[in-house]
Amino acid sequence: MATHAPTHAHTDHGHGHHAPPKPLWYWWKRAIVWTISGALAGIALVFFFRWAFGFSNLWEPESYYTAIASLAGIGFVIGIGCFDWWWAYLRGKHVDFEDHSLHGAKTWRDYLRPNTDHKVIGIQYMVAVFTFFVVGGLLAELVRLELAQPGFQIADGETYNGYFSAHATVMIFGFVIPSFAGLANYVLPVMIGAKDMAFPRLNALSFWLLLPAGAMLAIAPFVGAFSAGWTAYPPLAVQGTTGQTLFEVAVQFAGASSIATALNFLVTIMTMRAPGMTVWRMPLLVWANATTSGLVVFGTPFIAGSQFMTLFDRVVGTNFFNAANGGDVIMYQHVFWFYSHPAVYIMMLPGFGIISEVLSTFSRKPIFGYRALAFSTVAIALLGFGVWAHHMFVSGMASWLRIPMMITTIIIAVPTGVKIFSWLGTIWNGKIHLKTPMIWALGFIFTFVIGGLSGVFLGTLTTDIALTDTYFVVAHIHYVFFGGSVFTIFAGTYYWFPKMTGRMYSETLGKWHFWLTFIGFNGTFFPQHWLGAHGMPRRVADYDERFADLNLIISLFSLFMVAGTLVFFYNMIWSWRSGPKAPWNPWRGRSLEWLVSSPPSLFNFDAVPQVVGGPYQYGIPGARHAVVYAGDHLGGGELTETELRTVLVVANRTVASSSLLDQVKARAEEGYWRFTIVVPAKGDDHRAADRRLQVALAVLAEAGIDASGTVEDLGPLEAVKRILEEEPAHEVMLATLPTGQSEWMQQDMIDRVRKASGIAVTRVIVRGDDARTAVRSAAVQRIAVIANDTLGDAGLVSALQARADERPLAAVVLCPLSLDGPGWTDDADKVRDEATGRTRAVIQRLQDSGIQAHGEVIDGDPVAAAKIARSDYKVDTVLVCSYRRDSSEELLGQVRAAAGDTAVEHVVVDAEAPAAPSGA
Amino acid sequence: MKNRHLAPLVVLHLVIGAITAAVIFGIDWWPDQAAEQATRSDHLLWFLVITSGIIFTGVTSFLVYSIWRFRAAPGDEEDGPPHHGNTKLEIAWTIGPVVLLAVMAVWSSIATTRNEALASDREVIEVRAWQFAWEFTYRDAGFTTGDLVLPKDRQVELRMRSSDVIHNLWVNEFRVKQDVVPGITTRLIVDPTREGTYDLICAELCGAGHGVMRSRAIVLDQNAFEAWKRDSAAKAAAADAPAAPAPAPGN
Ligand code: HEM
Ligand SMILES: [Cu+2]
Ligand SMILES: [Cu+2]
Repeated sequence: MATHAPTHAHTDHGHGHHAPPKPLWYWWKRAIVWTISGALAGIALVFFFRWAFGFSNLWEPESYYTAIASLAGIGFVIGIGCFDWWWAYLRGKHVDFEDHSLHGAKTWRDYLRPNTDHKVIGIQYMVAVFTFFVVGGLLAELVRLELAQPGFQIADGETYNGYFSAHATVMIFGFVIPSFAGLANYVLPVMIGAKDMAFPRLNALSFWLLLPAGAMLAIAPFVGAFSAGWTAYPPLAVQGTTGQTLFEVAVQFAGASSIATALNFLVTIMTMRAPGMTVWRMPLLVWANATTSGLVVFGTPFIAGSQFMTLFDRVVGTNFFNAANGGDVIMYQHVFWFYSHPAVYIMMLPGFGIISEVLSTFSRKPIFGYRALAFSTVAIALLGFGVWAHHMFVSGMASWLRIPMMITTIIIAVPTGVKIFSWLGTIWNGKIHLKTPMIWALGFIFTFVIGGLSGVFLGTLTTDIALTDTYFVVAHIHYVFFGGSVFTIFAGTYYWFPKMTGRMYSETLGKWHFWLTFIGFNGTFFPQHWLGAHGMPRRVADYDERFADLNLIISLFSLFMVAGTLVFFYNMIWSWRSGPKAPWNPWRGRSLEWLVSSPPSLFNFDAVPQVVGGPYQYGIPGARHAVVYAGDHLGGGELTETELRTVLVVANRTVASSSLLDQVKARAEEGYWRFTIVVPAKGDDHRAADRRLQVALAVLAEAGIDASGTVEDLGPLEAVKRILEEEPAHEVMLATLPTGQSEWMQQDMIDRVRKASGIAVTRVIVRGDDARTAVRSAAVQRIAVIANDTLGDAGLVSALQARADERPLAAVVLCPLSLDGPGWTDDADKVRDEATGRTRAVIQRLQDSGIQAHGEVIDGDPVAAAKIARSDYKVDTVLVCSYRRDSSEELLGQVRAAAGDTAVEHVVVDAEAPAAPSGA
Repeated sequence: MKNRHLAPLVVLHLVIGAITAAVIFGIDWWPDQAAEQATRSDHLLWFLVITSGIIFTGVTSFLVYSIWRFRAAPGDEEDGPPHHGNTKLEIAWTIGPVVLLAVMAVWSSIATTRNEALASDREVIEVRAWQFAWEFTYRDAGFTTGDLVLPKDRQVELRMRSSDVIHNLWVNEFRVKQDVVPGITTRLIVDPTREGTYDLICAELCGAGHGVMRSRAIVLDQNAFEAWKRDSAAKAAAADAPAAPAPAPGN
């Protein structure tokens, strides 16, 4: 995975006294132990209380399952380590308030345990929520399978109810809500110029709380009667069994996770904005998340409460919703919808924010009506708390409440309309680039308009009474959730994929994904309006014969979405692993996340950025949103992708060594550097030095690193001075052999260069054999030379030199030695020694002329050597070298056969004729 | 600028408008109406459908036109014009919907108020729902049936109670439905206008048998209704026997 933030340059945060990190399995073992212990503690606790209070039946399943699920879930989060720091603090142990030991990820392992880096957490969220998306999607396909025909296909009523209940809850609590938390986790702190979220440890806890919630929801339909829908109305919900219990506990975990994240966002946005980031300069995504977080903080406790009350009715014997004992059935719905209507905006407002970002960037135009969009977001959130009872028009609640709730509901359509019109104003007259995120955003406008309009049908009291509880509502929900929220999630995922992974995704596959989904989506959900209008009720496994054909068509269309999803996952996984490298700002966006590298460095900004204007100032010459500065280690000044800092690399013999080149590559990963290589070759063979330099440059070019180089007829000190006269550099990287073998070290070159240049000098130590060994890179041609007698011939070496001048190469010299008779005689030894000598000599000559070479003597004929060249050395080309008199077409043919698809060339070395390849 | 965009936009509106109209008018969206409530609801519904069609046409036309007309040429790296908004336009598209929605709200309030206005000569039928069946009691006549039989052109008030969980009584041809909630009595008012047999469906998830919790709503003309009622009452009184099966009127 290519997504670990570079870890360099934070020596000021490295406190050095952290215990060495524990291996991954330690945390997971601990998590498993704690989870099981939690479950056992749950059993013991309930048993103890039932026994202590003298219950006649000690076994009452739901009370046990409640305790087991709750304590196992809490145990898991403790075991995985979310509370360790706080626990240490509580016990008065010495804790480090700037403890960054869990910050950043170097390998994939770091993603599998608590991490405090918002970028890592963002990716953890996205991976987890897309996993839940798959679970929810499979459940949806089970639903469509059952509904493909009337009657009961794969499930009875109870099981079917479990499928759609779990589908909805997994999608809502496991996918849509947390995916916005995930995307915003990654980009929001960068967008406001912060180094992280306000409470990184709380942030980690939020993520890890989600996992038990998702797991409980996913298994709920399979452990018994979770069949009251995501709305879980009592008294039906009270009749549920273990599945219902898991749902009620899961909602507590998911709710706690949401609330913690929302608080975190609120504090982050309020207190950690970069200087100059006034509220009217905040990108609309930030507005959207600030508003949504407010909704979450005020609303979520209500759903948590409603589920607690139901749970207590079921396991403790309270009577909140038990009409027979004075409870109020309808009260549940008021409490539930007081959260769950705002929840629909929790699932929509962040998406609105994403759409605003995407439309503006890909239309190359400022947002049309920025303030109107910001205000409408806030308006929707405020009004959203005054409309909940539109879900209850036929519930039997106080009937006077209906008309006021209708009025507030349709007033919400106004700010919603403002958004749509402002977006159209944004793309109007723009320069539209139809990249994948943009296509999703435009598709979103289309589907969301339909969903908004059907919402008006349902908001209008009279028509709602006709349409509620039918498939019309199912169509509406999906037009706003799928065509709305999920389209925005895809838009956002594609939009920030390069930033998050450092890789580009495939546009072609992205478009396939869109069209498959778009067609499948409309084919699946548009006809459901008709079904509802004609009397197909919601949430039924069996339906009237006259709906059969249409339902079959719908089920078939849903398969398009499955196909689209497969394309999506293929694209994401493949691109993440091996997509092309992403530049800092692939979309030429203006907001801060595009002004830092992809992915951003460990703490996003090494120096505090300065915001100087609005985030969408496209088309205004010279306008900019923010300036990002380089940290001290880069010498300060402004930091951009194109103004790279130069590192001056000084090396001669070692210039093509893998240790030096790896060091350069690692440094280049940080994204700030370009390299000038100087080879001080005073008194050396210049041609040889140049060949080594060409190898190094080719390897770096192949890795996409900006580097140039020269050979200078100077000593190292003079060479550095000369280069620095021409261009400024921020650092010198001096590669030498180990101290004992290095002439430069004897001359105390490090100190002298530092004094002469006045900049930092980093020494790279290269072992001698490393300097001589060929680097592995596609840019360097690997050639096997199969030769015996001709090894001593100057023609061979000059043939290779000529090739090396055309294209950098590394040579493997193979000397096939066919001994007649037993191989252990004195005679044979002598022959072998001579061959070894010849081989060594030619390797030496090649190395002296700047060609990296090694080799061996092979007991066998040229055919055997060719096989070895191919299988062991994996060369690109085999050169068979012989005198004209010895040339044998037959042998050559055999070698060709042995070499397989590796190219074989024949070099004739002659005293009379110049060496030339023939018969390629 | 007007001239350049106006003509193609008009054409596009006409094309998309025609498609939308075809979808709206070409498909039979709403089933038969069998009650005054249905007529009132459908009038409003048609208003909503047509308004929505117009809004949809407008938005989609602008969307499609923009995508088609304003695409950047390959290699065009320039920005669009820096328009930040247009206050007049923004006010217009805020006020416009407000007016439209006000019409809807007023209309709907009147319609529902009328739908629920009580007539003095209404027939009261008691409804009992449980997992997973319906039972209708004609208290004055003293009998109970499994089908809901209603008189045409006379208001019916259903007084509904549930024995277990929430159910919902729904007859689509009446366009009204109402939850049946344990612990309270809910009411549903219908003024049937058309004889016939209609599906009576439970529309609120009520458990494993929810999908099959169905019955029939049978509208008879008033004479037939009175006759059926007398008949059923007599039979019930005679033998404590189950009510007479309702005669299904031909349409
Ligand atoms: C113009 C804006 C909207 C209006 C006027 C509106 C109105 C309504 C109304 C009145 C209902 C209740 C329908 C019923 O059960 O009879 C409803 C249901 C629903 N709406 Fe919307 N809505 C709008 C936008 C949205 C958005 C943006 C979302 C979410 C992203 C959303 C999600 C839902 C969901 C999930 C339900 C079904 C809840 C359930 O019963 O399971 N709506 N909407
Ligand atoms: Cu709502
Ligand atoms: Cu039901």
